[in-house]
Amino acid sequence: MFEENLTWLCYLLSGVLFTIGAIGAILRRNMIVVFMCIELMLNAVNLVFIAAAGSLSSMDGSVFVFFIMTVAAVEAAVGLAIFVMVFRMQQSINADEMNLLKG
Amino acid sequence: MADYIWLIPLFPALGFIINSAFGGGRASKTFVAWVACLALFAAFLSSAAVFVEFLQLPATARVFERDIYNWIASGEMSVNIGFRLDPLSVIMCLVVTGVGFLIHVYSVGYMHGDPGFKRFFIYLNLFVFMMLLLVTGNSLLLLFVGWEGVGLCSYLLIGFWYEKDSAADAGKKAFIVNRVGDFGFLIGVFFLFVSLGAQGVWTLNIGEVGKNAHLLSVPVVTVITLLFFVGAVGKSAQIPLYVWLPDAMEGPTPVSSLIHAATMVTAGVYMIARLNILFSMAPDTLYVVAVIGVLTAFFAASIGFAQYDIKKVLAYSTISQLGFMFIAMGVGAYAAGIFHLMTHAFFKGLLFLGAGSVMHAMSGELDLRNMGGLRKKTPITYWTFFIACLAIAGIPGFSGFFSKDEILWKAFSSSHGDLWIWLLGAVTAGMTAFYMFRLFFSTFHGECRASEEVKHHIHESPRVMTIPLMILAVLSLVGGYVGVPHLLGGSNAIERFLAPVFGHATQAKTAVHFDIVASAWASSGAGGHEASLELALMVTSVLIALIGIALAYLYYVKNPSLPERFTARFAGLFRWVHNKYFVDELYDFVFVRGTLKAGAFLLKVADGWIIEGAVNGTAALVKRAGDKLRKAETGYVQEYAFAIILGAIIVVGYLIVIPMF
Amino acid sequence: MDMISFKGIVFIAASLVVIAASVLMATRKNPIHSALWMIVTFFAMAVIYLLLNAQFIAVAQVMVYAGAIMMLILFVIMLVHMEKGEETDPGKTRRSKKTRIVAALITVILFGEMLLGVLFYRMTGQGGEYPAALVDAVGNVRTVGVLLYGQYLFPFEIASLLLLVGIVGAVVIAKRK
Repeated sequence: MFEENLTWLCYLLSGVLFTIGAIGAILRRNMIVVFMCIELMLNAVNLVFIAAAGSLSSMDGSVFVFFIMTVAAVEAAVGLAIFVMVFRMQQSINADEMNLLKG
Repeated sequence: MADYIWLIPLFPALGFIINSAFGGGRASKTFVAWVACLALFAAFLSSAAVFVEFLQLPATARVFERDIYNWIASGEMSVNIGFRLDPLSVIMCLVVTGVGFLIHVYSVGYMHGDPGFKRFFIYLNLFVFMMLLLVTGNSLLLLFVGWEGVGLCSYLLIGFWYEKDSAADAGKKAFIVNRVGDFGFLIGVFFLFVSLGAQGVWTLNIGEVGKNAHLLSVPVVTVITLLFFVGAVGKSAQIPLYVWLPDAMEGPTPVSSLIHAATMVTAGVYMIARLNILFSMAPDTLYVVAVIGVLTAFFAASIGFAQYDIKKVLAYSTISQLGFMFIAMGVGAYAAGIFHLMTHAFFKGLLFLGAGSVMHAMSGELDLRNMGGLRKKTPITYWTFFIACLAIAGIPGFSGFFSKDEILWKAFSSSHGDLWIWLLGAVTAGMTAFYMFRLFFSTFHGECRASEEVKHHIHESPRVMTIPLMILAVLSLVGGYVGVPHLLGGSNAIERFLAPVFGHATQAKTAVHFDIVASAWASSGAGGHEASLELALMVTSVLIALIGIALAYLYYVKNPSLPERFTARFAGLFRWVHNKYFVDELYDFVFVRGTLKAGAFLLKVADGWIIEGAVNGTAALVKRAGDKLRKAETGYVQEYAFAIILGAIIVVGYLIVIPMF
Repeated sequence: MDMISFKGIVFIAASLVVIAASVLMATRKNPIHSALWMIVTFFAMAVIYLLLNAQFIAVAQVMVYAGAIMMLILFVIMLVHMEKGEETDPGKTRRSKKTRIVAALITVILFGEMLLGVLFYRMTGQGGEYPAALVDAVGNVRTVGVLLYGQYLFPFEIASLLLLVGIVGAVVIAKRK
């Protein structure tokens, strides 16, 4: 019973993770935590890919996940660099205070 | 020659192009003048060649038509640039190029010191080209191109001395008033095209229109011809659109002679003659034409009584004579009208050139109260002017007699004619004789009333000016002999020549349809009595003319104080007539101010409120929308992220959830 | 007991760990705690990947995510001295709590849609050429390697270029003038 439904359960798990990540990204005020929630969303997507590739007997899923990870790494590097710079300006990591884009 | 009829309009066009391209700074005035005059002479020779060829052909074969180029091919409408010569257009070409050539030569002398010498000849050549296009074009559209073209040249030449405000204004006035007429004409062309098209014939070719005219119903033709007549009223200065012609005297005198006496103003007459098939189908329009013609003739002649500017007198005389031509057209005597057109070109052209010669002698003086006694000092001008005055007065033997008499006779006798038209026409003829000789006597006879300085400079004009005068005088003398009526033993050659064009129209029944005279001639048939009636009328008109001349002699030679006493006694009437019955003032008040007020209103409402409002309103709308939408840009990244999620919800819902239900 | 195999137990345990750890990560005040819980999440995810027969990805997950990215995040947290947690200066502007709660609730709708999709959609399509048995015979890493350097060489090279750009960009952005 478990074997047949593995894929389906993985999708469900992925959905839950994604939602948790999304809600976290919206609710939290600490920018670092927001960033980590975004990474969580990416992971959820990775899970879907692997599960789908497994059910379809394809290796494309693994390859694509590989690339997603690459991009996530780059994104982390650059994103955190930007974060550091913003922090130097604002002296705060509160998302509510980063509204220079207003208007 | 038939294949080369396009040469006739080509020569003046070439003259125009050569002179505008090469007549610039370094080319001499002689070059420009020679090119222009030669172009006209070549055109005259070409027209004469066609004429001679016509005479060798049987009457029915005298039509040359050549299409040069397909100009418009759009749907049902196909218009070619082509030329058509038949007896009517060949006579017009001869008149235009012949008189035109003489005037070109005269202008070389008249415009001698003028800084715009070269420009003058360029415009003149352009004008002749346009006029020839009008006359020889084989489609109504081409005729209209020439129609507009002569209007343009008229504007350019009236306002030739454009630094003078009065000249520039006169040019504008001519063009605008003409426009009113042209509008009617164009609507007429549209209507004709559509009406014929409804019968299945889509053409604007004049020959085709003539052949298919019978397909149209009388009411339709009446409307079309009335619209065409509106155009003629504008171009040929009839009531109510005559007001531009007197003002057009601001232009140089050769211009007045060529355009406003001999050729352009006759375009309306020509047009009616050309479309005589249509006009003959609409007797109501013909009646309108005749009525307006005779009223204009009388009205203009009356104004001529009280003008002191010699050119203005001649201008009103032109309007009056054009009225006569329209009388002829209106009673169905198309050949007579064209005949009068021709003789009028001779003597009126001569009169204007003579007036130019007088102005030349009197150092630019225009007021006849300051002239007099020129007889001895400018003999050639004097004698040629005298011949022209005799011609216009209708003295037997001169050209004007034959043509004017033909018109009056037809006005009396034709089935389209009427007694009162003849009566008023005859009275007007008498008035014509009077005011022309008033002009003549005041200018040439009696004491010279000019200032001492002017008197010193009085001299006869140079030969380049007097030779055309003499040639025109000869033509004014003998030009009438082509139309000697049967009554006097002639064969009325011109009417026979024009018969193929006016075929059925010249068979106007000489029905005498009013009781007074009919009862007197009731018992016998046609023939003899008709002849004696014509003779009686002829004698009557000659008598009236002689009375007019005699009165003029009395008032202006014998007893020069009479005019002042007359004007003193009838001061009110004189004021009215002298001021041209205040028609210009009326037009200004009603039309000019009305248009200006309408324009101001439209500026305020249509432009200011509606259009500006729409444009500004749109801008304001966008701004306010922007202000409202700006509230979505809060600057909080998390809210932007939420917007993305919202979008994702919508898209996923659309793609996955909706199809599930 | 043959309803649930060993694999099943492991899966259930791992997924519970994942969910719990991620919830905890999202809710801790102290950012360092969040980071640590994130690492736990990643490890548990790796276990699930192993269960799904994606050994290469599982290892990569641990190395890249749990190893590199989380290290980076921890460094940054310490760099900006926020070990204590988020403090909000009372003077500055805040978004209202209500807005956040509403936004969160609307996000749940997204979860609902996903649920619907998962429950009622069957994924159809051509089966690929790499059934689990075949891959196992060759070795998962080898297969992925062959694919990366064969069919997907071009994206691979671009990814490396992207990494280069990322490195340079990060240095340039964060440099002190």
